[in-house]
Amino acid sequence: MKSGRKIFSEILRVILLLICVSLIAFILVTKAPVDPLVSYIGTNSSLSQEAKDEISEYWGLNDPLPQRFLTWADHALHGDMGQSITYKRPVIDVIAERMTYSFSLMFIAWLMSGILGFCLGLVCGLKPGSIFDRVCKTFCLVLKSAPTFWLGLLFLSVFAVQLKWFPIGMSVPIGKLAEDVTLGDRLYHLALPAITLTVVSISEVVLYTRQKIIEIRNSDFILYAQARGERKGQIVRRHILRNIALPAVTLQFASFSELFGGMALAENIFAYPGLGTATTAAALNGDVPLLLGIAVFSALFVFAGNLIANILYGVFDPRTKEAEYVK
Amino acid sequence: MENILEVKDLKLWFSMYERGFKKKNLEVLHSLSLELRKGEVLAVVGSSGSGKSLLANAVLGLLPGNARLSGEIVYKGMALDNKNRKSLLGREIAYIPQSVDYLDPLMKLGKQVQGVYGTKERQRELFEKYRLPLSTEKKYPFEVSGGMARRILVSSAVMGEPELIIADEPTPGLSADMAMETLMHFRELADKGAAVLLITHDIDLAFNVADRIAVCYAGTIVEIAPTSDFVSGKDALRHPYSKAFIDALPQNGFKPIGGSQPYAGNLPDGCLFAERCPYRSAECGGEIPMRELRGGEVRCVHAT
Repeated sequence: MKSGRKIFSEILRVILLLICVSLIAFILVTKAPVDPLVSYIGTNSSLSQEAKDEISEYWGLNDPLPQRFLTWADHALHGDMGQSITYKRPVIDVIAERMTYSFSLMFIAWLMSGILGFCLGLVCGLKPGSIFDRVCKTFCLVLKSAPTFWLGLLFLSVFAVQLKWFPIGMSVPIGKLAEDVTLGDRLYHLALPAITLTVVSISEVVLYTRQKIIEIRNSDFILYAQARGERKGQIVRRHILRNIALPAVTLQFASFSELFGGMALAENIFAYPGLGTATTAAALNGDVPLLLGIAVFSALFVFAGNLIANILYGVFDPRTKEAEYVK
Repeated sequence: MENILEVKDLKLWFSMYERGFKKKNLEVLHSLSLELRKGEVLAVVGSSGSGKSLLANAVLGLLPGNARLSGEIVYKGMALDNKNRKSLLGREIAYIPQSVDYLDPLMKLGKQVQGVYGTKERQRELFEKYRLPLSTEKKYPFEVSGGMARRILVSSAVMGEPELIIADEPTPGLSADMAMETLMHFRELADKGAAVLLITHDIDLAFNVADRIAVCYAGTIVEIAPTSDFVSGKDALRHPYSKAFIDALPQNGFKPIGGSQPYAGNLPDGCLFAERCPYRSAECGGEIPMRELRGGEVRCVHAT
């Protein structure tokens, strides 16, 4: 009963979210100074005016906006997200293919920044004011203020151009046949974008974990644990880790939106063929169907992250569980 | 009777920064001395800001990093320092905090009562003794009532069969019955041989369980006397502040005295109470030692 209602309300929320996102995205792209017809046939097309009109009519470009949106929505509901103008393939296929690239990139960065960031934050928070803490904190603040694209360019020029440790871009070696590409090749090309994205997202995790740990260490129950003769290691294991786990995990899932944004920038810098580069390409080419598809997809992705964070909160924190039960 | 705890001439400062980088030492406890005997409940009473809780924290070694101590804290004849405290806290020395907030909000109560030195058997035994349902051990601190929380804190304290129990304001927020019940647990523990330092601002409750009462004022103890002296009224007491304290109780007509407790950064020389004292004289400006008087101790030159 209780969980049934919860599932229902979550479904309602995601539907509302998707309607809003697609509507706003739709309005934005139709109001943008890009003519889908021109971007489809090219500016130097020799097509006659009649032929152009015919395409416009066939595409429904002359219909009023609400009707155009409904047509798109109707098709989308039936699984047809349209044809990408840029890639000349169905939008669904483009997203599905690019997603695998982007997901591996995001997943590695997410995992690394989460684990590494948590550990660093833990060490800093347990010894605030120490040399390590000060260096780490300063470093994180600098990283946090540095724009992603700038960091990406910096990494690219240092590690790829000067040190030649990593390839300069793409997801596979240039000039190699698709069937010859090994997993090692892919990982090698994935490394630098993943490191960049990790570094970009790590500072938030470190600073948050550090702050939370300091807060927990100042709370009364730590004082009480000390008064009961618990040693430092016991306090960390029994109380600090227990109390930090929940906010850390929640933050990690709630950070999907920033991860997505960072991914888009990182991919563009490294010419990595994921969703990020597809988005830029779609935007530059006035590829309305693909843009809409990506908007809807990214909204779903971020929603999923937040939903997981919400659910985990209920699972891990006895206080929230109880509160829902009372309601 | 054997002394379990002796505090001798304890002074406590906090060093803090005052405007810019000027360091300032704020003395918050001044030449505080007391003795706690085996099998007794010593209530330390006083208004907020009088240093009662700092005394408890100093004994337990829970002071923040900017605190400096001088004087002696002696437990069963040996000076209590951070080294031997480690082996005593949670076993021989127990602390009972103010509220359920001192429990880890995410740890089940059974495990918390056991602490790091206890056993499950002993915890169950204590739950039974303190009328806590067995199901409580699977619960979290936010799920229990104030009275139950208090019994849980008491069970945690006696897990290791302590010889010294320090209870810091264990009764606020409790109904009179509940508060009385909690205090009776302390009385019982003292009767079994523990020494209990009961820090409270509720002198009425202290009357019921304490053997002796120490009155704290502005960071020092001005009088220590048998509870009977407090019960029989202000004439039996020694220090003008203790008398005023008794006068201000509801049953004695709520009579307040003028002025307020001096702030730690702005203390007068000599007697800390002089400013508000009706018997004030030139002698009050000098050093006022604690002296024995009629079976108690007092820090006043005029007391008779």
